[in-house]
Amino acid sequence: MPDQAMPTGENAALQVRNLDFFYGDFKGLNNVNLDIAHKKVTAFIGPSGCGKSTLLRTFNRMYDLYPGQRAEGQILFHGKNLLDKTQDVNLVRAKIGMVFQKPTPFPMTIYENIAFGVRLYERMSKSAMDDRVEWALKKAALWGEVKDKLQQNGLSLSGGQQQRLCIARAVAVKPEIVLLDEPTSALDPISTAKIEELINELKSDYTIAIVTHNMQQAARISDFTAFMYLGELIEFNETGTIFMRPGKKQTEDYITGRFG
Amino acid sequence: MSEPSASAGIDLHAQQVRKFWLQDKIFHHATQLFAFVVLAALVGILVSLTIEAWPSLKAFGPAFLWTNIWSVPDDEFGALAAIYGTVVTSVLALLIAVPISFGIALFLTETCPVWLRRPLGTAIELLAGIPSIVYGIWGLFVFAPLFAEYIQPPLQNLLGDVPVIGGWFSGPPIGVGILTASIVLSMMVIPFIASVMRDVFETVPDVLRESAYAVGCTTWEVVRNVVLPYTRVGVIGGIMLGLGRALGETMAVTFVIGNANRINGSLFAPGTSIASTLANEFGEADPGLHIASLFELGLVLFIITFVVLAISRWLISRSMGSEGL
Repeated sequence: MPDQAMPTGENAALQVRNLDFFYGDFKGLNNVNLDIAHKKVTAFIGPSGCGKSTLLRTFNRMYDLYPGQRAEGQILFHGKNLLDKTQDVNLVRAKIGMVFQKPTPFPMTIYENIAFGVRLYERMSKSAMDDRVEWALKKAALWGEVKDKLQQNGLSLSGGQQQRLCIARAVAVKPEIVLLDEPTSALDPISTAKIEELINELKSDYTIAIVTHNMQQAARISDFTAFMYLGELIEFNETGTIFMRPGKKQTEDYITGRFG
Repeated sequence: MSEPSASAGIDLHAQQVRKFWLQDKIFHHATQLFAFVVLAALVGILVSLTIEAWPSLKAFGPAFLWTNIWSVPDDEFGALAAIYGTVVTSVLALLIAVPISFGIALFLTETCPVWLRRPLGTAIELLAGIPSIVYGIWGLFVFAPLFAEYIQPPLQNLLGDVPVIGGWFSGPPIGVGILTASIVLSMMVIPFIASVMRDVFETVPDVLRESAYAVGCTTWEVVRNVVLPYTRVGVIGGIMLGLGRALGETMAVTFVIGNANRINGSLFAPGTSIASTLANEFGEADPGLHIASLFELGLVLFIITFVVLAISRWLISRSMGSEGL
């Protein structure tokens, strides 16, 4: 992988500044600072409970659903702080999509799973919607497998297909950023390979942030990697550097499997 | 201690296996017996109702169902007024109770502050535990007079002159009647429907809810498009549970429905229901056609409840089919 310029303020899709996060009294993130590069894949690795999912969930304010969870600091998106109370959280989520650890198709048809999110923000004709659904399913490399059964329930698909349906659903609303929270941890190796291939293609259009338990996966698909431990960002660099010449002892211990 | 010989070991083993087999067998048959008791009770009730109702079945035939007469002196009986009262009060009660219960359940699961969740939930369960006779006396002595004084006259002024539905609100505002019974019934079924709905809404996995929020849904959109479809079967079940209870509710309805064995187009007018007719007349019913007709009323109620159940099953299976599952 060629060395890449570290994201700076100008080419960053998200700028995280002095971010703290609290679960009630427990501090889950401690003074995190980093930039998520525009149209690149940024991976977050670290042992369980290190705060990597927590960090990802601040990017679309998912924590808002749970009383007692709060974030302090700044996450700048187009120059505005996402964490501001005045930010419309639904609009944020339409611009910053998310795919979860387990496939979560909505209890409706495959077609509706895609069209549903689109309809929330755009008004379009039936044929335009058909096109959009096809476009999104093609983006997610699922079109060939489902084009003849768009009216079947999303739950009737296999696990890997369901996860690609969720990716299609996230892409269909044309977000700028896609957050992936361990998207392959519930999938078999073949489905995992398909999703990884897909992530590689998606980054030409979208900024991608992915949390993963699988270090090989981070090494394979990401441009930048952040290593987190106990709620702190230990090291953040270009992926090749993190894996070949880690700057910190903790990072080296983790990626060589000495702890975690 | 010497080691047991090989053959003794096998014997012991065989004994154990035999014991397990016997235990399983006994357990299986015992539970099967309990399950069949339910079936036997169901058939037994149906058969005995039919036998007791036989004179009436023979005398009036199917016309019993659509004859609007209930005359003890003439020994002429028809169930129409009671069926009408039962169905109308139950349906009205559901029309009132379902949206309110839905709101309660949604508030409790989606938007309620955590500290309020438990007390409110407990209050609803307590409401479900109040004996129906308490609702009855409250309805008759507290609610009906207030209803007659403060709600019926304005309702009549507002809607009395509207074509078609005006007739529903005509007649003297006496407090007791079909509408009062419906309202009291709705208050009785709200806790049931609301707590079932709350329980099924809570079964929606957090991650499914989160993914709906993640595409930018508002709370209402999440509920409308994800929570409700996901819990549809349970929600229909809860509504049907409420309907079943409303159809069979006896004491509270007897207190406030007015007990007039006739059909009046107005919802303010007194009426009767199957259960309240039974409660009112069984004590002094004469043997013969009168008592047989009461048994037939019971049979009719049994069948109505059964049909409601069947329809709800059918609705559930049909809605699952239409989703391509």
